[in-house]
Amino acid sequence: MKKQNIIMIVAALLPLGLFLFPLWRITLEAPQYPTPLAMNIHIDDFSDVHPHDIKNINLMNHYVGMKYIPEAIPEFKIFPAGILITSILGLLIGWKGNYKWFLGWFILMLILSFAGMYDFYLWEHDYGHNLDPKAIMKFTNKDGTVMGFQPPLFGSRDILNFKAHSYPQFGALFLGLGIASAFLAYFVGKKNKSKT
Amino acid sequence: MKKNLILTIAMVTVFAAFTSCNNSGNSNGKSGALSSNVAEKVYVAPGEYDEFYAFISGGYSGNLTVYGLPSGRMFKEIPVFSQFATSGYGYSEETKPMLNTSHGFVPWGDSHHPDISQTAGEIDGRFIFINENNTPRIAKIDLKTFETTEIIEVPNSAGNHSSSFVTENTEYVVAGTRFSVPIPQRDMPIKDYKGNFQGALSFISVAPETGNMDIKFQVLMPGFNYDLSHPGRGKSHGWFFFTTYNTEEASTLLEVNASQNDKDFIAAVNWKKIEEYVNNGGGKMMPADYAHNVYDEHTHTATSTMKKEVRVVNPVDVPGAVFFLPTPKSPHGCDVDPSGEYIVGNGKLSANLTVHSFTKMLAAIEGKKFDGEAYGIPVLKFEDVLAGSVEQPGLGPLHTEFDGQGNAYTTFFISSEVVKWKLGTWEVIDRKPTYYSVGHLTIPGGNSGKPQGKYMFAMNKITKDRYLPTGPEMEHSAQLYDISGEKMELLLDFPTHGEPHYAAAMRADLIKERSQKIYDLEDNKHPYAAKSDAETKVVRDGNVVHIYMTTIRSHFSPDNIEGIKLGDKVYFHVTNLEQDFDVPHGFAVLGQNTSELLIMPGQTKTSVWEPTKVGVWPFYCTDFCSALHQEMQGYIRVSAANASTPLKWSMGEDIE
Repeated sequence: MKKQNIIMIVAALLPLGLFLFPLWRITLEAPQYPTPLAMNIHIDDFSDVHPHDIKNINLMNHYVGMKYIPEAIPEFKIFPAGILITSILGLLIGWKGNYKWFLGWFILMLILSFAGMYDFYLWEHDYGHNLDPKAIMKFTNKDGTVMGFQPPLFGSRDILNFKAHSYPQFGALFLGLGIASAFLAYFVGKKNKSKT
Repeated sequence: MKKNLILTIAMVTVFAAFTSCNNSGNSNGKSGALSSNVAEKVYVAPGEYDEFYAFISGGYSGNLTVYGLPSGRMFKEIPVFSQFATSGYGYSEETKPMLNTSHGFVPWGDSHHPDISQTAGEIDGRFIFINENNTPRIAKIDLKTFETTEIIEVPNSAGNHSSSFVTENTEYVVAGTRFSVPIPQRDMPIKDYKGNFQGALSFISVAPETGNMDIKFQVLMPGFNYDLSHPGRGKSHGWFFFTTYNTEEASTLLEVNASQNDKDFIAAVNWKKIEEYVNNGGGKMMPADYAHNVYDEHTHTATSTMKKEVRVVNPVDVPGAVFFLPTPKSPHGCDVDPSGEYIVGNGKLSANLTVHSFTKMLAAIEGKKFDGEAYGIPVLKFEDVLAGSVEQPGLGPLHTEFDGQGNAYTTFFISSEVVKWKLGTWEVIDRKPTYYSVGHLTIPGGNSGKPQGKYMFAMNKITKDRYLPTGPEMEHSAQLYDISGEKMELLLDFPTHGEPHYAAAMRADLIKERSQKIYDLEDNKHPYAAKSDAETKVVRDGNVVHIYMTTIRSHFSPDNIEGIKLGDKVYFHVTNLEQDFDVPHGFAVLGQNTSELLIMPGQTKTSVWEPTKVGVWPFYCTDFCSALHQEMQGYIRVSAANASTPLKWSMGEDIE
């Protein structure tokens, strides 16, 4: 089997790491939480980083009228299916296809990843802005609009007394490596092609 | 002339100040700019942890206090033998059984000698045991939760004082009686004490996994006062040593009548031998009446069981099990060095400090060199068992601890000092004053084969002018000394709570890692727990009303209750749904004839309320739980006994 095809097969397998490791983590730091509150986002679940973290995030957030973090969201069914399908697809083209297909898979994965991020952003925005009108505490921005509590999509941000961090975890690394490997497979394939 | 005098005084004062500075520098083996700063040695920066835990008995508070060393900061008061309104211990329905005894509910106790559990002669930090002197009991505190989880009453005992010391592997926690009494108790003339009263030494087994306590046997000794005790260790493991006083067997004016004999005894008890005797069916079961109270951390509830018999052993029936070591005069502390060789009898009315040798004791027993007997128990010859004595070290020796480096530290009550001396050579190395009238002292890991050294603290009986005055009644003072050098160095004065009789201390790491943060709500097996708002309800059963109530930031559920009538007995069963570290909620209702409840996350506690007046009465959270704490309240409506108000409850909407 050609080198690029082997790389492509590896590339197709790597995103499966999402089933083993969390994709993302949101961490909330505040002085009275010497152990910060944190939530892992998996491809099919939200989970506590320390016992009861999500319960305690919900308790904090109810003061400003944020909804409880749901037990499940539709994405928890769609994302795993998407990863499985694209991995199988990647394996098929790694086995049979030529390097131009690798580029196709690479682009597909990029588009899907960005779509996933956008979807996550929409959920976050809703979570941070769709507040209970009977919220215990209401805050407004300097311009008079209602203050939102959306955690950052990526990076760190101060939200009232909390510092919120949002960073990728191992699962995202596996996905990223998979996508990058597909491009490498394409690149190697292209180079081999021009040699012959 | 007057001016000169003032000048002279000023100069002397300045001179004294300089010399005292120099002295403190010298005592440290350093001088000038290099002399260590005492304040630095006890300074634990904000947010940082102390190196040691100290568990200091509260004496007449009946409780146990937890301190940090070297800072001397108090972290917690653990309720043990006394009702504690702060948390509801002994007031809540769940904890009332903890204070049950064969004399009924006893709301108060006199806690004395805490001792930490051991494995292979080293402190393991799993449990701490403490004795109640007045109504004899032994308690066990679980150092995972820092809560009292078991209390066993000690029958046939009176003034449970030579207690609660553990053997090298926590096989037993031992409880000796201070006062001898008729056994079994009976109506008889006090003047017939001599020869008729007896002293019980109780060996309470501790189950290795659970720590469950059970009285394995009691040795019924002659009618002396058994003052303090310590286990043998290392080579002397298997033996237990008890100091005695009042070998005169006086029943009146003991301050004179019990101070006549030149020598009292240290009783050496070979408990391994008696254990074997008992395991082979030795001793006899005698009728008794004592309470065994156990707290279950899953139901969050204590149960009290009355036990009806206890196994007693007559020491004369077990040859070679008990011997008396003559020891001058009315010894208090009975302390065994880390090697197990030396047994120090702190003869409180003696000019010298007596140290016995375990090896010599065995040889004397082997050679049957007895100096008569007392009530059938062989008395060894003083000279045969004496290892040496520290000559004229001070006045009124009470208690000796060891640093594991071959040094011993003894408190002297009358001369208010701690004296450091060397084991084997018996020479005095250093002495430092205490403020004032020191009782016991503690070195971390003290009662073990491996003392942890570094610090020693002395617990004093008299405070007087050490702190800002607080009227006639004051907390007692303690002093912390650095013992890492050749000379002791006084570092800190700190107040203690109650009347600390004794303390146990140890390195913090073992305990700190295991300390529990919350109770798991999933594990809550309380029969009246409501584990979510959906499970809350109010149930009437005749005149008894059970309210299954929850708390979570920042509301009670239910928070409006109607249909209670005069004559009802209302049980508030409050479950704290929180699962976050350090978010307790409190509960109090107006006119409640008991204490508040302080409920830890995941816990259920119950308060009984028997309303005496018609009206609408508020209840509220007593712990500043959150930003909306002040809003955490509710109302309960009490109607006349014959009213027809229906039983209803709600949260978040009006009762219709």
